[in-house]
Amino acid sequence: MEKTIRKIFDKKHISRTISYLVVIGGFVAVQLLMNTVGIKSLFRSLLVPTCCYIVAALSLNLVVGVSGELSLGHAGFMSVGAFTGIIICGVLEPYLALNWLRLLIAIILGGVAAAIVGLLISIPVLKLQGDYLAIVTLAFCQIIKSLLNNIYLGIDSNGLHFSFIENRVSLIPGGKMLLSGPMGATATTRLATFTAGFLLILLSLLIIYNLTYSRYGRTIMAARDNRIAAESVGIHIRNTKMLAFVISACLAGMSGALFGLNYSTLQPAKFDFNLSILILVYVVLGGLGNITGTIIATLILYALPELLRGLQDYRMLIYSIILIVIMLITNNRKLKDKTDALIADIKARLPKKGSAAHD
Amino acid sequence: MAFLSYLINGMGLGSVYAIIALGYTMVYGIAKMLNFAHGDVIMIGAYTAFYCLTLFKMSTFASIIIAIIVCTVLGILIERLAYKPLRKSSSLSVLITAIGVSYFLQNLAQILFGTDPKVFPELMKNSTFSLFDGQLTLSYKTLLTIIVCILIMIALTIFVNRTKTGKAMRACSQDKEAAQLMGINVDNTISITFALGSGLAAIASVLLCMTYSTFNPTLGSMPGIKAFTAAVFGGIGSIPGAFVGGLLLGIIETLTKAYLSTQLSDAIVFMVLIVVLLIKPSGLLGKKIHEKV
Repeated sequence: MEKTIRKIFDKKHISRTISYLVVIGGFVAVQLLMNTVGIKSLFRSLLVPTCCYIVAALSLNLVVGVSGELSLGHAGFMSVGAFTGIIICGVLEPYLALNWLRLLIAIILGGVAAAIVGLLISIPVLKLQGDYLAIVTLAFCQIIKSLLNNIYLGIDSNGLHFSFIENRVSLIPGGKMLLSGPMGATATTRLATFTAGFLLILLSLLIIYNLTYSRYGRTIMAARDNRIAAESVGIHIRNTKMLAFVISACLAGMSGALFGLNYSTLQPAKFDFNLSILILVYVVLGGLGNITGTIIATLILYALPELLRGLQDYRMLIYSIILIVIMLITNNRKLKDKTDALIADIKARLPKKGSAAHD
Repeated sequence: MAFLSYLINGMGLGSVYAIIALGYTMVYGIAKMLNFAHGDVIMIGAYTAFYCLTLFKMSTFASIIIAIIVCTVLGILIERLAYKPLRKSSSLSVLITAIGVSYFLQNLAQILFGTDPKVFPELMKNSTFSLFDGQLTLSYKTLLTIIVCILIMIALTIFVNRTKTGKAMRACSQDKEAAQLMGINVDNTISITFALGSGLAAIASVLLCMTYSTFNPTLGSMPGIKAFTAAVFGGIGSIPGAFVGGLLLGIIETLTKAYLSTQLSDAIVFMVLIVVLLIKPSGLLGKKIHEKV
């Protein structure tokens, strides 16, 4: 017992404890607010997408931060997960009345589908390196988007009807279109809940922390830090990178499934290059390989444009300026020194509060 | 004959991609960064030319020159303000900054010019001419685009291979420190590269607007991604590579649209890219760099 407690708070694991505390604390705070004061509907509508983006960013961090490969096509995996989830839910609707069970199955199968796609993609992708690898992930994202834009799928009492490129699906009355090409899913039952999002974040934290602290995690990081040295001690680079890639795709698919089931209509074009970039920005600003940082960065950066909604047209402009300024401050030696000096200056002027506690 | 006309139309589209891809590839060759804002410089070029033509009633030639000047200055400004402070940091942070700049330009354009699509004035009558007893019909626009692209390629090759600045550019792309020891001003050389790439973007913007006739603040994003793909396709960092990659990409896109499927053309274009990269991992004309232990 004592050993377990010590393990939670020792130096090596403190960041993990903080991550869990941030997530659980956030969940409890929102629940309390919801049940006591009540929150605005705008804020309420942001809860599930925020959870989805956090999971997507965490999973991307596994590829970009832990495994060290730049992926520009993360939205593709979310898209696969989302539409798999929507289809599964649509198919199961007549047979399963339990909403949470349907959501669970949809999320799991969404993750499985994305993992399979991720595995197939990782075979060619991981043969390449650096910028070439990045452009191929981008290409795959575009391919997935263009294929999904052409899928027509409907369901009626005779079963599933499928057609490609042209809409040749004719349904008997009572049937329902699940996917209709560029229009995407048009009549999804909204199953996603904030609790599900919270549990999904916990699950991804569990998976990512257990992976990075395990033998496999160490091999992945070794392959990232020095490919040649890692190879020379017998680490199979492709397989270790593939492991990270597939797990990341699986988590992204799960987040996508939850995301897809949060809206009654969803178009494949939603999961475009811009979304991949947006998630990448969360990861980079949160700190590569830093899990807590990723969560906080996603919270702030996703909330920021929404909170700036009062400024309407200017919010994305302000967002982009903040992005550039943060990158310059954190990455340029001179600017960083200046800001550090400024912060130290402000700290020195503030009355010392913490000094007593330190003694 | 239909095939030949598709081929030439594809070359027209490919020429535009090639001109944009040159901007990507030159900057990559020298600064080792993916300049994501390049597509948005194209968009700014289009708006500049548009307002010069309609609001100030300038001649076509003057408008294009002003667009080139504006884009060149913009390119240098972006480089100095956003990329230069990050020259020594990781490539990923530079990439994110470039994305930030791209978002900034797009949103600025949305506020300044509005999101509604604008109709670009006709610079050239959409006249066609026939060859082989009317079996092959080609438009002058396509021909002009191809000729402009070839002229740019020739001029650029001479510039890079024969002039002192070109030599400095090549030296910087090989080894920045050694170039500095030889008395080359690396910062200025990088700025010149950005200026050149952005100037070419202005020409590309006018050619793009001539083909599509309407444009909006997101004009640059899709051609940007395609041209970037073209640059990688031909081997990023290589100037002839960008030319070959751009032309091939345009031809493949037009032929798939004509013979296979319009909706799937993007998917097929990217599929071809992946296949090429698997066979030749550093692009068609890219140099393979061996890793030394």
